Amino acid sequence: MAKLKSWKELPCGAIIDDPTAVLENKTGAWRSQRPCWNAEKCIHCLNCWIFCPDAAVIVKDGKVVGINYDYCKGCGICAEVCPTKVQAITMEEERK
Amino acid sequence: MILAKTGNEALAYAMKQINPDVVAAYPITPSTEIVQIFAQYVSDGKVDSEFVAVESEHSAMAACIGSAASGCRTMTATASQGLMLMHEMLFIAGGLRLPIVMPIASRSVSSPLNIHGDHSDSLASRDSGWLQFFCETVQEGYDTLIQCVKIAERTSLPAICAVDGFILSHCMERIETFEDKPVREFIGKYKPNWNLLDIKKPILVGPATMQDYFFEFKRSQIEGMNKALPIIEEVQAEFKQKFGRGYGVIEEYRCEDAEAVVLLMGSACGTMREAVDEMRNQGKKVGMVKLRVFRPLPHQVLAESLAKFKTVAVMDRADTVNAWGGALFTEISSVLYDSPTRPKMLSYVYGLGGKEFSLADAAAVLEQAHAGKKEDLVTYIGVR
Repeated sequence: MAKLKSWKELPCGAIIDDPTAVLENKTGAWRSQRPCWNAEKCIHCLNCWIFCPDAAVIVKDGKVVGINYDYCKGCGICAEVCPTKVQAITMEEERK
Repeated sequence: MILAKTGNEALAYAMKQINPDVVAAYPITPSTEIVQIFAQYVSDGKVDSEFVAVESEHSAMAACIGSAASGCRTMTATASQGLMLMHEMLFIAGGLRLPIVMPIASRSVSSPLNIHGDHSDSLASRDSGWLQFFCETVQEGYDTLIQCVKIAERTSLPAICAVDGFILSHCMERIETFEDKPVREFIGKYKPNWNLLDIKKPILVGPATMQDYFFEFKRSQIEGMNKALPIIEEVQAEFKQKFGRGYGVIEEYRCEDAEAVVLLMGSACGTMREAVDEMRNQGKKVGMVKLRVFRPLPHQVLAESLAKFKTVAVMDRADTVNAWGGALFTEISSVLYDSPTRPKMLSYVYGLGGKEFSLADAAAVLEQAHAGKKEDLVTYIGVR
């Protein structure tokens, strides 16, 4: 782990000028429910990718390839916006 | 140009000359007219500002934070319950170090409901990380609001410019205004430290911090306020050079050989000046210290000024409900505690809910200060 900075080294107003710094904190540990993505059902409409408040839906070449559980907090928005007829994402208890 | 203007009119006029990028505001007595007159300037095309008519003061400050975070020069105005509703957002603006500027027509806080002037609203916001200026006259309000823009931007701190509700906000005064051009030259072009909407330099604003960093960020914010005083003095000096009117962070009035002084803020300083003059005519060595900058508290300046007097009477226009003295009294006492010579301290609370503070009241305080003693620990002036 990086050495903790003193207050004199911190940016004015707690601005983080390196947005990739958030990658250091793996916030997926907060999750109580996990989205389970079904590759066979997915029609790649990308609704989940658009609506994910983080960036936890992994997309490659315009297609969903999975969920990044290091950062997914299990809010369930992806499952909610997945078209009713498709239901490629379902929420399940984390400790299953 | 010499004009007759009420406090609200003068503050709105200063806002017009400042021509901020964004004003997001919600009207409330006694500061309603500031917003109303400014909205008229917007409708008449006299300013380039984007005016956002929000649904509450909480939203007003939230919109101001969003605007300031997007690199816009941002202003609002409020008072009393409005400032209370903003309370949560005030701390966020302070922590994000956004130089939002806000004139306030100081008013009491309910309950019971009262629309008149005292300092309860701004003093209740004292720990939110905003610069706080208290003005004695409408002229000072106009001048200070213009200074506030430069001070806020140079310190990266939000600023409150308070005039007493009704006593200043609604009373007409002869004021000397400047032309628009020199005002705009004085405040200059705003160069924000960062801009949330700059996609070439992406940043994260308002991160969550844990036990390992929150205190360090607060310490950094405190340092920003600690270092604000010389910047305020610098801007005051630049203002004096350009416009010929000068203000200090404090003002000593007839204090040269004074034995006892009264310290206070806001419009009552005018009454106190008269009372000091009358006492001086009777040969009594009394004076007044006017505090103009409440945040940052000019600790060193106050300690050096006040330690030379035998008695310092401190007058608060807001009460702390059982801190045994108003906020000003306890803070000034704290400033003087470690002085080599420690004056006798007297505590007074006056004028809550706009209660009349008369020349006779001011004279009575000076008499007690001159005698160096009074019976009660805290005296509530004029309360039946």
